[in-house]
Amino acid sequence: MPFLDTLKAKFAGAFTTSTFRDNTRVLMDAEKTPDVLLPLLKCLKEECGFDFLAELGGIDYLNYPHATDRYCVVYGLTNTATGERVFVKAFTNDPDPELPSVVELWKGADWMEREVYDMYGVRFLGHPDMRRILMPTEFTGHPLRKDYPLRGYGERHNFPTVTRAES
Amino acid sequence: MPLETTHPVAEDIAGANQEFLYTLNFGPQHPATHTTLRLILTLDGETVVKAVPDIGYLHSGFEKLGEDLDFNQYVTIVDRMNYISPVANEIAWHHVVEKLLNIEITPRCKYIRTILAELARISDHLLCIGAAALDLGGLTAFLYAFNAREKVYNIMESASGQRFHPSYTRVGGLMADISDDVVNQVRDFVKTFPKVHGDICRLLNRNRIFIDRTKGIGVLSKEDAISYSCSGPVARASGVVRDLRKDEPYLAYKDLSASFKVVCGKGGDCYNRYLVRMGEMQESVKIIAAAVENLPAGAVNVELNDKLTIPDKTATYRSIEGLIQHFELFMWNRRWETPVEELYGANETANGELGFYVVADGSGKAFRARTRPPSFIHFAVFPIMMEGHQLSDVPAILGSLNIIAAELDR
Repeated sequence: MPFLDTLKAKFAGAFTTSTFRDNTRVLMDAEKTPDVLLPLLKCLKEECGFDFLAELGGIDYLNYPHATDRYCVVYGLTNTATGERVFVKAFTNDPDPELPSVVELWKGADWMEREVYDMYGVRFLGHPDMRRILMPTEFTGHPLRKDYPLRGYGERHNFPTVTRAES
Repeated sequence: MPLETTHPVAEDIAGANQEFLYTLNFGPQHPATHTTLRLILTLDGETVVKAVPDIGYLHSGFEKLGEDLDFNQYVTIVDRMNYISPVANEIAWHHVVEKLLNIEITPRCKYIRTILAELARISDHLLCIGAAALDLGGLTAFLYAFNAREKVYNIMESASGQRFHPSYTRVGGLMADISDDVVNQVRDFVKTFPKVHGDICRLLNRNRIFIDRTKGIGVLSKEDAISYSCSGPVARASGVVRDLRKDEPYLAYKDLSASFKVVCGKGGDCYNRYLVRMGEMQESVKIIAAAVENLPAGAVNVELNDKLTIPDKTATYRSIEGLIQHFELFMWNRRWETPVEELYGANETANGELGFYVVADGSGKAFRARTRPPSFIHFAVFPIMMEGHQLSDVPAILGSLNIIAAELDR
């Protein structure tokens, strides 16, 4: 694929590639991600024609077979002219999971990054409005993390209660 | 909730910071929002200076449940995402699971799924158009649309036994084959639907009030549509020629691609989105007509030997192989053998690209089942579309985007 050659020429050593079925993936090196991710995505967008951010989602690889890094954000890019797809996977780890924000490249990343922050606690540096989106502001956990329990009372003990006298 | 947004619209409008601005809380319980979503509108008289969506009222952890339920159980949950066209969600989900497990479904199953997906698209567009017209004061179009939707529900009921949430697809096939009665109902629908379509067209297409309320309202440019990741009718109304049925043909769309066109608009306003939806319904009927007449015979599920599908009752009770396989697929510690891999797959549903990113860890359920919900992505564009419009345009724009809160919040 020609776009992979372009990436290899520019960002050699910062990523590896893999394919499965019809998905082509670019796996970023966790250490180089903070510096390389944004230029790499910019190169894909501006030089390789991947102008459409079809998908941006988080994954928590806690206890996943052979996983080395914990949090992953998948950027699913599409070339609207040719219909080609590429999936860029960026990794980050505890204690401060952080990634550069891509809102300056794709405005649609705004809400999707907020959702990843809400669900996984991955902060996006440079995001203009890094707030929770689905869970209430008072919520303290990050529900889609693998160490967040599926069953239980949740965080309701943390919620402020409005009594009839106060309302 | 803080009232900041990423898009400070207020600064662009002269006098926006003056004290006569007032805040109006719209929703979460309001008939014009259709579902549970909330908007905080800053108004200058009747002009909306700033619109801040506040979502999450219907968040019920679908994706977390997807990590606990297996591939067949989760179909009941994806059903409830876009509950206007539930069967399309099921088809999209199992499309991705089958891609992961490398299953090639039978031709008959492909055609049946195509017919149902297109019926779901028609049902979804009818609701969207009917409800949009209702919000703008046109009750008759709504009644015509819902009358036709009833027929789609009848077909779903005959095929699966459930009207609203059919849970009809299974890994490697369907819950059951369709009967001749369903085929006849589909044929009947193909015959009668053009009249309904024509009626709605005559009611709305040249309706002065409808045009005044929708033309030039909520304009989304082509560049913005791409930048904001819009897909489906919202993007196509802005001139983005992208339809996964043509670009990445799945199911029977490869065989049927000669029978339909991609409907696009240019203006990107509410009226164009209405026209694109109307056009798509016409194309959907053509697809259904072609598919139902070319419906292949044969099995609807993949071979029993592949150890992927749930065997039917006869095989379960009358043969040891069927019983063992049934047992294997339902024991919580058995189920499917998945590769330790992950992949993304998407279908063109009525609202746009509905994708699933499934991560499998070798066990019989998904390690991560990420949904790419079109409603969520389209609602992010709403504040930009709302810039400088009147309060009465809120229902018009909301109606044209077809936001389904269950899919928005999951």
